[in-house]
Amino acid sequence: MANILDIRRRIRSVTNTRQITKAMKMVSAAKLRRAQDRALAARPYAQMLSNVLKSLVSRAEIYDPETGEPRHPLLAHRPENRILLIVVTGDKGLAGAFNTNILKAATRFLESKHGKNIEIEAVGRKGRDFLKRRFKAAKPREKDSQAAPAITIVGEQVGVLQKVEYSFASELAENIIKRYTEQEIDAVYLVYNEFKSVIAQRLVVEKVLPVEHVGETEIAQYEGMTQEQKKEAIEAAKGAGVRLRPADTTAADAVAAKFGTAQVDYIYEQPTGELFSALLPKYVTIQIFHGLLESVAAEHAARMTAMDSATNNATDMIDSLTLAMNRVRQAKITKEIIEIVSGAAAAS
Amino acid sequence: MANTFQLEIVTPEKVAVRDSAEEMQIPGTNGYLGILPGHAPLITELAVGEITYRNGSTVHHLAVAWGFAEVLPDKVTILAETAERAEEIDLKRAQLAKQRAEEEFKTGASEQDFTRAEDDLKRAEVRLQVAQSKNT
Repeated sequence: MANILDIRRRIRSVTNTRQITKAMKMVSAAKLRRAQDRALAARPYAQMLSNVLKSLVSRAEIYDPETGEPRHPLLAHRPENRILLIVVTGDKGLAGAFNTNILKAATRFLESKHGKNIEIEAVGRKGRDFLKRRFKAAKPREKDSQAAPAITIVGEQVGVLQKVEYSFASELAENIIKRYTEQEIDAVYLVYNEFKSVIAQRLVVEKVLPVEHVGETEIAQYEGMTQEQKKEAIEAAKGAGVRLRPADTTAADAVAAKFGTAQVDYIYEQPTGELFSALLPKYVTIQIFHGLLESVAAEHAARMTAMDSATNNATDMIDSLTLAMNRVRQAKITKEIIEIVSGAAAAS
Repeated sequence: MANTFQLEIVTPEKVAVRDSAEEMQIPGTNGYLGILPGHAPLITELAVGEITYRNGSTVHHLAVAWGFAEVLPDKVTILAETAERAEEIDLKRAQLAKQRAEEEFKTGASEQDFTRAEDDLKRAEVRLQVAQSKNT
């Protein structure tokens, strides 16, 4: 039978662990709130941009009236033989299955595009580490390269997620837009954890290029949360005081919807086609930026949930250890009484 | 007619300015535009430059790099990639950025380096100019 001292020592150690997981949970909750606010602050710009683009689509004859072919290179469809995949994971672990799930989704996507040349841009340390073990790093493929299709890693971005800067998204977008226009790649996809609220999350593979419909995102593959995940997330969010519903944005969206779409005859300082071409790359950038912001929020939410259940598990463990310790102590006392009683009986 | 109009400057990171103004100047790609209340509806792309607007007796200066503006008789909305108020600009950093850009300008080998350096230089200059003008 275990002795009391050992059990007591274990209880103390588990209590310490619980303290840490509890603190981590609260930290994640605070970071989650901040991430949510940032995503919210980015919304008006994104909404306005896509609205004004939508109105320009109809005014600028973006599609050739005779052939129906788009006139902008970022709208052009090509057979998808060379794909660029941007995988957004977290820089840190201890976030439950957050990173694993994203990488699983990415792997499934890679399988579904078997036989194509796929280049991977890994954002986040965890994803980079995993993908680097499986695929070789290589230089971006040249346009006329005759090499056999393969899966390679062309870029890695580590440490950018602590504070997602617009300039980072902008650089990334600039690079892929250039490669797309020069026909080095035929399509660009983004894998990330979409985050509408704590209980509305999806793992999505989003098509970034070519742009299909302005204002709508083309989702190639997605996976929602299971009931169980939802329940855990709700519990964690309640304990940490994080709001469950997405913030109300209807008022702000209504204002954004008016941007560049009033029923008046605008004076266009530049030809509408030119304006459209200037705005479309920004649209691509904001899509990536948005994905990064949501992924960061999702990571904090996942860590919060994981730490909440770790805290609960620690509590359970302390309870059962305390029970075991009391049993041992009782048994010891009983044994001593029996010894005294039988000793006294023998003496008399 | 009202003698002020609403002004909103929105960047990807936040709504940078929500204010009313009596007049303003914006750096259109075809040259600076002056705007007064009741301006005809207009849409324009913005270049790297300085936005100034006046509200009462205070004049505000902002540095923008690429933007997009919608002007309506009673409202001006600007989407800008960056919009920094004069007081937010770090003078030292702006000066350093300018020096760096000048270096690149001299050493840049390819056409691309050259245009990039030119852009950076322009941006740095505008920021310096805005920072020095402060709000008066």
